[in-house]
Amino acid sequence: MSKKILEVKNLTVHFYTYAGIVKAIEEVSFDVFEGETFALVGETGCGKSVTARAITQLIESPGRIVRGEVYYNPDGERLNLLELPDEEIRTIRGNDIAYIFQDPQSSLDPLYNVGYQVSESLFVHGRVKSIKDGIKKAVNILRTVLLPDPERRVSNYPHELSGGMKQRVTIGIGISNDPRILIADEPTTALDVTVQAQILWLIKEMKKRYGVTVILITHDMGVVADMADRVAVMYAGKIVEVAEVTEVFKNPVHPYTQGLLKAVPNPLKKIERLETIPGTVPSLINPPSGCRFHPRCPEISKVCKEKIPELREVKKNHFVACHNR
Amino acid sequence: MSLSEAEYMVQENSRTLLRVENLKKYFPVKGLFFTKGYVKAVDDVSFTIEKGETFGLVGESGCGKTTVGRTILRLIEPTGGRIVYEGRDVTKFRKNEMGWFRKKAQIMFQDPYSSLNPRQTVFQLVMEPVKHHGIGVDDPEDFVVELLELVGLNEGHLYRYPHEFSGGQRQRIAMARILSLKPDFVVLDEPTSALDVSVQANILNTLKDIQEDMDLTYLFISHDLGIVKYMSHRTGVMYLGKIVEVGESDRLFEEPLHPYTKLLFSAIPVPDPDIEKSKGKIEVQGEPPSPINPPSGCRFHPRCPYAKEICREKEPEFKEIEKNHQVACWLY
Repeated sequence: MSKKILEVKNLTVHFYTYAGIVKAIEEVSFDVFEGETFALVGETGCGKSVTARAITQLIESPGRIVRGEVYYNPDGERLNLLELPDEEIRTIRGNDIAYIFQDPQSSLDPLYNVGYQVSESLFVHGRVKSIKDGIKKAVNILRTVLLPDPERRVSNYPHELSGGMKQRVTIGIGISNDPRILIADEPTTALDVTVQAQILWLIKEMKKRYGVTVILITHDMGVVADMADRVAVMYAGKIVEVAEVTEVFKNPVHPYTQGLLKAVPNPLKKIERLETIPGTVPSLINPPSGCRFHPRCPEISKVCKEKIPELREVKKNHFVACHNR
Repeated sequence: MSLSEAEYMVQENSRTLLRVENLKKYFPVKGLFFTKGYVKAVDDVSFTIEKGETFGLVGESGCGKTTVGRTILRLIEPTGGRIVYEGRDVTKFRKNEMGWFRKKAQIMFQDPYSSLNPRQTVFQLVMEPVKHHGIGVDDPEDFVVELLELVGLNEGHLYRYPHEFSGGQRQRIAMARILSLKPDFVVLDEPTSALDVSVQANILNTLKDIQEDMDLTYLFISHDLGIVKYMSHRTGVMYLGKIVEVGESDRLFEEPLHPYTKLLFSAIPVPDPDIEKSKGKIEVQGEPPSPINPPSGCRFHPRCPYAKEICREKEPEFKEIEKNHQVACWLY
């Protein structure tokens, strides 16, 4: 197996709100290997986006990274990203670790044309001498992300482009500095399915061409099946299961993963009745004691209410946090 | 091509609840002084819905599926065409007839956070439609509790406000409101797209149960193929204001005929890595064009891998290829 490019250990992020302390993620640990696509899946509010942002300290007040380490291992080095001062993390963010966010409309600045915005990201990381120099490179970058007619498009403003084209531009900005890790946070949720297919294909293509490691955040099990090599399933701020993608879909072990997979209607299968998970996602201000899934779990035992389950290796490369497995 | 009244009586099958004929809705695009053009949101759409069935409408955003749902209920006035409900033309209804129709036909909206008045309690919310239509209820409290139990809520929720409920529970309140009028027909406009998957499954199952218990007919609008397949008996696929294919759901999903339907089905990632990683994907060309100036002939031709000369020039007619399976495409 290739080397670990990113190691996340006991990452904990809390948000200090008027209503109380929201324990958004608690003791989250996982490794990402070089060249793979690692998917973080879960429902709204499970902490998948917070995890992705905390990797490069992108947590704003009232949120705070309470504990944990994130080791980034480029050639021969080992950096704890959470200990780096602002200046240094800024050179890594965008340069080594780049992001693509869900809504391309809000990640682009409406007042600048897209060529300027691609060029700007090259300029701030010192790849070009001036913004003007960067425009030529921007044309090439926009060509690699298959934006039609890039020579003309560089002078377009975001409002002149469709959602799919805007997302191509943000991917262009993402890959402009040749990053080692690309974190895609719900990159296709705001797009239509046919456009989604194009963007997912593009991300795969960028991965093939530049060998970039992808961390994909999504709630869509279909997208996971299509894109991921390994999957981490999150529930209420904790990782409950980590395994290779076929293993997660064929032999899910955690009761939540099992329930989640059965609750998604597959258009290729005839389903008489969907199985459901009773109840709703708990509040993270007062999360349930012990295993956070216990109030909704069909296989609850006494220990589940009392003790927090640790992530254990139940099979080779298959980790589960459950007392009953 | 509308039929005369006499022809209707012959054609009107006793199983048919709703017949939509050549429905059109054009929205004007205003310039500074003049109307610059029209967005043809719905253009010549026809289909029928039988009693007790669920008819699904799928398509990407902007294809006109929501406009169809709202135009049928006359929440938006149609530009042309007929909507025949139980043999009567809804587009010609006057005020008192509309009152009757509004009781019979209901709609459930996508966003349960904006469809409920935050200042009303559940009791007031559920009683509001009943009061509006002047229906007498012996014991309002009992009446509301009975409805709440039907949709999976209980007596304890009676005097609470919408903000105290989760998205799934709010959608259940919306359901209770709809059922308070004992409707026959309900338009479900993306009822679960604001919800999480684990909650979504619950709501879909409840909708199915209620349909059986109360003998309801549904028009189910969604962009999610898996959900439409699960919910509907028959499905219509929309593209840029037109229905391109209609068929029984099982058959349609097994063997889609229209190139757009094929493209749509291939583009949607299925939750199964074996299928997903091995399936040959149809390469998607371009993006949906603007409905202001739709392409000539078949509206799908600029993106269609099988486009021929005739597709550019003439619009394909809706043809029955096999029993209960119609397609608008020159390939067939």
